[in-house]
Amino acid sequence: MSDRKIRVLVAKPGLDGHDRGAKVVARALRDAGMEVIYTGLRQTPEMIAEAALQEDVDAIGLSILSGAHMALVPRLMELLKANQQGHVRVFVGGIIPDEDVPRLIEMGVVGVYGPGTLTDQIINDIHQSVSSAAVL
Amino acid sequence: MTLAAGVLEGNRLALARLLTHIENDTAEGRAALGELFPHTGRAHLVGVTGAPGTGKSSLVNQLARLIRNPGGGQAPQRVAVIAIDPSSPFTGGAILGDRVRMRDLAGDAGVFIRSMASRGSLGGLAATTSGMVQVLDAAGFEIILVETVGAGQAEVDIARLAHTTLVVEAPGLGDEIQAIKAGILEIADILVVNKADRPGAENTERALRNMLQLAHPVQHTFRHHGTLESVSSAMVQPVNEQPIWVPPVLRTVATEGSGMEQVWQAIIQHRQHLEASGEWQQRERSRLETELDGLLQATLVSRWRNQISAQEYQRVIARLVERRISPWKAVEALLDGDQA
Repeated sequence: MSDRKIRVLVAKPGLDGHDRGAKVVARALRDAGMEVIYTGLRQTPEMIAEAALQEDVDAIGLSILSGAHMALVPRLMELLKANQQGHVRVFVGGIIPDEDVPRLIEMGVVGVYGPGTLTDQIINDIHQSVSSAAVL
Repeated sequence: MTLAAGVLEGNRLALARLLTHIENDTAEGRAALGELFPHTGRAHLVGVTGAPGTGKSSLVNQLARLIRNPGGGQAPQRVAVIAIDPSSPFTGGAILGDRVRMRDLAGDAGVFIRSMASRGSLGGLAATTSGMVQVLDAAGFEIILVETVGAGQAEVDIARLAHTTLVVEAPGLGDEIQAIKAGILEIADILVVNKADRPGAENTERALRNMLQLAHPVQHTFRHHGTLESVSSAMVQPVNEQPIWVPPVLRTVATEGSGMEQVWQAIIQHRQHLEASGEWQQRERSRLETELDGLLQATLVSRWRNQISAQEYQRVIARLVERRISPWKAVEALLDGDQA
């Protein structure tokens, strides 16, 4: 009876305007059978958290190339918790210095993906983490 | 607390979760709809349809903004948006991109936007859109804007769902022959020529006006399941003596917000017309009949499928493929057990 689809919000927080990567990932997730809510450029963490709530997504993919990840990600994680959306899996892609990766993971980010990542890896990680979250 | 109770209390998380249940057609979702249904029937359902790229999302964005900031001392109404984009016929995946144009609505607690994939439905809506609308209606949203999949010519389901249907056109999409074809233009209660700052807007507007002049006003009846059904009931007042609604043709530039006030006024006037003429109740009845019909068909088919053995089904298909029986004979064989 139930036709469960994985819903993923792909968002581009911060001020840089390079959304090519976000679009490529969105397309790859679509081809993997997921429903991708694409929100576009220059989203604030508040806008992303609100959209994630309204859309009841399983996962959020953030594309950040501006270097502002250590400010944007913790704020988003905080907002998700405040909205009782702690089950939502967060993934980060873009230009993230190696030393920041463990700090992001510690905040609760499931995966961090730099340039050259195969989209198959992202798809697998989303499948695994969402099914282990066992929502709905 | 149940999800339905949460929705009635205005809990947005409960609302979002319940919409997922409805979309996935779960038992919990169906039960909640049962609880909520007596609370529905208050919202004004406004459909927005038109070809891809005509600016439906931008129009919805500006319209919702205007409803939230009506000016002139009017109280803002609460707005819900359901935006539908197509699912891939091959993978079932979808890119739902309508929110990109609706960023102006972020941060307003009186607005709720939900994106939906069509999940294989062909009429411009998804199979569960109607149920989602009912939940938003029960949640107290006064205006519900439903943006369809970018529609070509035959995606007219929105007219059965909505009280007021906006058809959005843009300059340069077709000549006058397009305008006199049957289908999407016929269902318009309001015609919008968006991108009216582009060359050719006058031609588009003229073609639409000519079409309207040719059209003689007809009662809204909908062809479905092969028969032309006219809604006639003793409980519905006759509409013959009432003034006929002639769809206005309005020019807008949705990205700049120009012309939006006229569109919103036309929506309000259309509602007043529906209420004064008795067509509101008539449309409600016809909509619920259509929904009942659809659910009945789906349920009968799925019950029947549970009864028939897979071997029998495969056996009949094999005979059909071998061209030993016609498709009609195959149906008879399956339903009546005829040994064709």
